[in-house]
Amino acid sequence: MATKRPGFLSPQGRVLPVLTIIALIIVLWYGLAIGLNRQQVAERLDGLGQPWGISDLIADTWSMDRPVLPAPHQVATEFWKTTAEVAPSSKRSLIYHAGITASATLVGFVFGTLLGIILSAGIVHVRTLDRSLMPWIIASQTVPILAIAPMIVVVFGNIGITGLIPKAIISMYLCFFPVAIGMVKGLRSPDLLQLDLMRTYNASAWQVFWKLRVPASLPFLFSSLKVAIAISLVGTIVGELPTGASGGIGARLLSGSYYGQTVQIWSALFMAAFLGMAMVYAIAGIERLSLRRMGGQ
Amino acid sequence: MQSPRPDHGGLLVPGDESIIDIRNLGLTFQTADTPVYALSDINLQIGAGEFVSFIGPSGCGKTTLMRIIADLEQPTAGAVKVNGLTPREARLQRSYGYVFQAPALYAWRNVLRNVTLPHEIMGTGRSEAERKARNYLDLVGLKGFEKKYPWQLSGGMQQRVSIARALSFEPQLLLMDEPFGALDEITRDRMNEELLRIWAQTRKTVVFVTHSIDEAVLLSTRIVVMSARPGRIIDIIDSPLPPDRSLDTRETAAAQELAHRVRQGLRAGHSYDGH
Repeated sequence: MATKRPGFLSPQGRVLPVLTIIALIIVLWYGLAIGLNRQQVAERLDGLGQPWGISDLIADTWSMDRPVLPAPHQVATEFWKTTAEVAPSSKRSLIYHAGITASATLVGFVFGTLLGIILSAGIVHVRTLDRSLMPWIIASQTVPILAIAPMIVVVFGNIGITGLIPKAIISMYLCFFPVAIGMVKGLRSPDLLQLDLMRTYNASAWQVFWKLRVPASLPFLFSSLKVAIAISLVGTIVGELPTGASGGIGARLLSGSYYGQTVQIWSALFMAAFLGMAMVYAIAGIERLSLRRMGGQ
Repeated sequence: MQSPRPDHGGLLVPGDESIIDIRNLGLTFQTADTPVYALSDINLQIGAGEFVSFIGPSGCGKTTLMRIIADLEQPTAGAVKVNGLTPREARLQRSYGYVFQAPALYAWRNVLRNVTLPHEIMGTGRSEAERKARNYLDLVGLKGFEKKYPWQLSGGMQQRVSIARALSFEPQLLLMDEPFGALDEITRDRMNEELLRIWAQTRKTVVFVTHSIDEAVLLSTRIVVMSARPGRIIDIIDSPLPPDRSLDTRETAAAQELAHRVRQGLRAGHSYDGH
């Protein structure tokens, strides 16, 4: 490319717009922290029986132990303490908990993706499956996951299966859906001429599937995978909530809310967001590599 | 393999063993209120080495007729034989190569692998497939483009890849359905010239669908003029043009006269419509 890349901080670049938005969010956040924590702080300051000013109020709303909304620097400090300052194998480490959540997410994602692909292949090739399976697939996703997640965890717990597997099943339950829907569309994406061409070669259904339908469906698959891995993560965290699991981001959220540790909750939420971003970007990277291998533009 | 046959100079002798034999063929679509006669009472024999064009207005069923020959569509009346077999049997034996209106290349395969696709389906060995693919890419003038992907080629080049693909497994019969219809006139002229050369070198039997009179006149040994509602054959014209032709052949008196006759046939077909 002959065009010059925009400078690091130029308005046309990617960095400046992103930084601007982040700065705006932080300002807004500090403001909200004052507003939401004000009442508690004012009551406490009144209780001290000394005169106090607006600067005391603001300073205190940003440094409470159990604020309604912690200030950004409190979350950042907590995040730093629980990631960088403790060993990753420690139960106090967010990295440890993120690892537990990530492994269940990935297991659920892999099996959910396989299930989605198998379902879509069946739906595309067997007319009765198209008619009979689709309503059930859609119905499965109208059930609120928060309602059935505890049941899955309890049922599996009763037969002695705890830990990763029940959580992976919940995440699989959520993530097969976008894969199945995307792949049905992808496997049906070849146009009539491309299919007729195969017919003139007397190609078998198997050959049409592998040499035409599957390669044509890959762009659709990757779009679905990005949605699927994000909701896989949500499914796993939801699966960690109900039983007070011993580890995982969900467990951190639950224990945080037990003890009113809002700072802990928020840093766990940030960890979940970073984990989700890392997973989606990983899929995007694989997508770019494989589409380039297939002669993408 | 067919037994050697005497040379008829491109003309079909009645009773001769023909590559394509269509008798009393009809195709009727049953719609909600009235039946639609897509094709009616088609009779046509095409011999080995002929270049036969179907020409007519849109909706005259020329593409449908070709798709019936290729077993991509089923007639409701009459019979078709391809190499003495039913179209289905002929398709199962892979006796024809089909060139569609659009190149229908697979975007994720480079040019070479698009041309070796039929070989992969048919189980030809890889080296043999690549040798033939390179050979026919050379024939259509695309030597050196083997590693390019379809999006890197112009429309004319893409259609040449699809011609190489249809030739690469060496079928005796080539079915071409308005292959240059989407190209601009300058590119189309060049493609016509290329096709004349390829046909002269390979001596395939070609069935060619077009709505360009110029194209039909330049390329064909016989022109089948069709008209619509119902789709039927109006006229079958043997070309008086010499076998070795170039774009200039279109300017000769014989070609002009042939074009005139085709135009008259098309006009006569039009008057049937009652418009």
